[in-house]
Amino acid sequence: MTTQNLAGDFYTQCFLSEQDESGRVILNMGPQHPSTHGVLRVIIEMEGEYISRAEPVIGYLHRMHEKMGEVKTYHQYMPNMGRVDYLHALAWNWAYIGAVEKLCQIEVPRRAEFIRVITCEMNRICSHLVWWGAYLLDLGAFTPIMYAFDDREQALDLLQMITGSRLTYCYYRFGGVRTDIDNQFISGARDFCKLMKSRLPMYKDLVTDNYILRKRCEEIGELPLEMARRYGATGPVLRGSGQKYDVRRAEPYSVYPELDFDIPVFNECDAMARYRVRVAEMEQSVRIIEQALSKLPKGDVMAPKAPKRIKPPKGDVYFAVEGARGKIGVYLASDGSSTPYRLKLRSPSYSNLSLFAELAQGTLLADAVSILGSLDLVIPEIDR
Amino acid sequence: MMNILELIPAELIRILIGLVAILVFIALNALILVYVERKVAGFIQRRPGPYEVGPWGILQTLVDAVKLMGKQLFSPTGGDRLLFWAAPLLAFAPLPLLFLSIPVGKNLVAYDANLGLILILAFSGLNVLALCLAGWGSYNKWSLLGAVRSVSQAVAYEIPLLLTVLAVTLMTGTLQLSAIVESQGAWPWQWNWLVQPAGFVIFVICALAETNRAPFDLPEAESELTAGFHTEYSGMGFGLFFLAEYTAMVVVSSMCTILFLGGWKGPGPEILGVVWFFAKVYALVILMMWMRWTFPRVRFDQLLNISWRWLIPLSLFNLLYVALVVKI
Amino acid sequence: MNLFEEIREAVKGLYSLAVGMGVTGRYFVKPEVTVHYPRKTVDNIQTYSGHVELLQGKKNPLESDCIMCGTCERNCPSGCLTVKYEEIVEENPEPEKKKKKTKKMTGLIYDYSYCSLCGQCIENCPVDALGFSNHVYWAEFDRCNITLDLLARLREKLSKSS
Repeated sequence: MTTQNLAGDFYTQCFLSEQDESGRVILNMGPQHPSTHGVLRVIIEMEGEYISRAEPVIGYLHRMHEKMGEVKTYHQYMPNMGRVDYLHALAWNWAYIGAVEKLCQIEVPRRAEFIRVITCEMNRICSHLVWWGAYLLDLGAFTPIMYAFDDREQALDLLQMITGSRLTYCYYRFGGVRTDIDNQFISGARDFCKLMKSRLPMYKDLVTDNYILRKRCEEIGELPLEMARRYGATGPVLRGSGQKYDVRRAEPYSVYPELDFDIPVFNECDAMARYRVRVAEMEQSVRIIEQALSKLPKGDVMAPKAPKRIKPPKGDVYFAVEGARGKIGVYLASDGSSTPYRLKLRSPSYSNLSLFAELAQGTLLADAVSILGSLDLVIPEIDR
Repeated sequence: MMNILELIPAELIRILIGLVAILVFIALNALILVYVERKVAGFIQRRPGPYEVGPWGILQTLVDAVKLMGKQLFSPTGGDRLLFWAAPLLAFAPLPLLFLSIPVGKNLVAYDANLGLILILAFSGLNVLALCLAGWGSYNKWSLLGAVRSVSQAVAYEIPLLLTVLAVTLMTGTLQLSAIVESQGAWPWQWNWLVQPAGFVIFVICALAETNRAPFDLPEAESELTAGFHTEYSGMGFGLFFLAEYTAMVVVSSMCTILFLGGWKGPGPEILGVVWFFAKVYALVILMMWMRWTFPRVRFDQLLNISWRWLIPLSLFNLLYVALVVKI
Repeated sequence: MNLFEEIREAVKGLYSLAVGMGVTGRYFVKPEVTVHYPRKTVDNIQTYSGHVELLQGKKNPLESDCIMCGTCERNCPSGCLTVKYEEIVEENPEPEKKKKKTKKMTGLIYDYSYCSLCGQCIENCPVDALGFSNHVYWAEFDRCNITLDLLARLREKLSKSS
């Protein structure tokens, strides 16, 4: 059987040529599909409404971030990090800045570390709120995303106050942060924490306790711990499978060891467990912000000896932070010049997506949408 | 001239006048309901809804309708053009007939058929055929999935719907809608919904499923099937489906009002009957909208489970209970 | 699972749905939180970092402080800034000494379509001649209109204010 006569592109043809004559339907979900959140494409082989095989096709949003890292200077590469994962841009900022700081051994003032913690956690709440709304949208509830965006707007206003932008931040600098926070921001952040605490019970009433939602999430997409480890899943996906792994505790960085917070872990392994992990994480992030605000020391926000031109010594370095989607890692190899020799970005969504092919097998189409949503994918991060 | 008019039976003239009134009502009703739906959604989501065209945006839907009419009509290559265009017409055509025997007030009915209930149930069943044809004629896998879903959904939910209707007719002993209304009193506690609350709840759930409204909007589940059966429709083809959906909402709400909420009956003089009827109907419609903007969508197998495992046994029990009540 | 438990679960489920309806019902009557965009505008524009702008000079309020060193050009990740200047050679009256060269700035071309608002140019400017503007509502139909001459823009602004 030649593939010449078959319809569709290369990937579809691979599916079709392996197909037997049992009348299965090949369905292209994406790249323009409402629930793939961007340009992810999933080829699905269906028997009725059941999925017998699913394969994600990625690369529609590939922007060569890693290659760009090799040709740009260390300073010039900074704005790229806000574009890798636009929902939790500050974590990526931090991962890159942290790697370079580790390589050049730049000391960061304590005040700057606290500001990084506050802004990064605030950004994490924003990211989870977007996920929350979008996941509910996947499941067919339209209203929650509006409530989530209402809350997120408050946090974005605060972040705009100090960073100047609302989504693709470029705020951290080698040896500190760009601008200091003022009293207006601090009182605003306290208000935001209060607001979030008052809104979380409403979220529980409207969504978490909702019978229809529970039926759509519970026992859907069960991801055993062994399988999550096999694929290198991190973040809420791994914690939803019962592994207490959080980079903030496992490989502590910055001032996280001084702060008191829990790592929410759920053992049910299903989509609902992942959902609960994220909602609980929002609570913990609020706790972290409050503590960091009360512990905020006085002082500089930029290291006085921060070099204007970065020319690190020869060597390589790996630095990881906990992003909203999991472990964000930056591996940097320097040959002593003003540009990195190699820059490798470890994006959590990429590993989390690779689960999907195995997880979606034998589920209903509607469940596959629910699973895809519960993995919380950000497509630009997968393709980089 | 007079002779010719006399030759036409009075009943026919009444039906014709009724039909014209119904067509006007369907068009107006869709315009109003789309506006109301968007306003309700807006208020629930803490935004204003449409507010640009006309005062408070009341002309928004009119403008949208004009836009839909002005759009180019596409039909997909490879699809069955005849079936593709027959589907929206078939979705729309039975709608005027549905209203024909609905008594809006005392004596205010186009054709008071003594089998009115059967007429409505029969013609509302045609809607499924339209969705099925739309899915098949589109030559699109998403549409086809939507069509398949709509057929099994309709089959599953017709049964409990009919069983609850049967329970009501068992009590009233007639299939004439005006007679069913007459058998109920003026005050809320004299209506059928208190006699058989289970039947009322089952009817409302089935009505949601029959009109493909959220949380049972599986044939057009947009996060799963992009837009389900009307993925490929543009312009007025889509507009007719839209019109059919909103009219079907009113039809099932009027059915519910007549069967369970006392139709035009209500406290006050009889002249207020029409007001009471429409107040009840639109209250039910707004309840349906409220549900749509609150709940996530159920999964397809859960949808069928609700029907086969819960609603059908419950409606059978309801029937049994009503039979006992009538006997005693 | 026996029948009794299943019925209890269904009733609890229905109750949870009613609670959800209560939440949306409450929000239905609460005032809206959105801003009617063209009619009203948001009030936090002051903190927004818009496109890069040449600032008014601190020493000479009628000109920019720019010394045409080109640091911003080199530090920009996407190369959207170009400093344009012409060299004026002045005849020195004393012939044995070198001719005096002065640079005269003729423009600072800024292509906003490539800018990612990272602020590298602003931070690296040795004389702090650059800054962010609060220009939020800027949209163009044509890509070539997005390119600005920041110097001309500054001069226009200064001539308007004086």
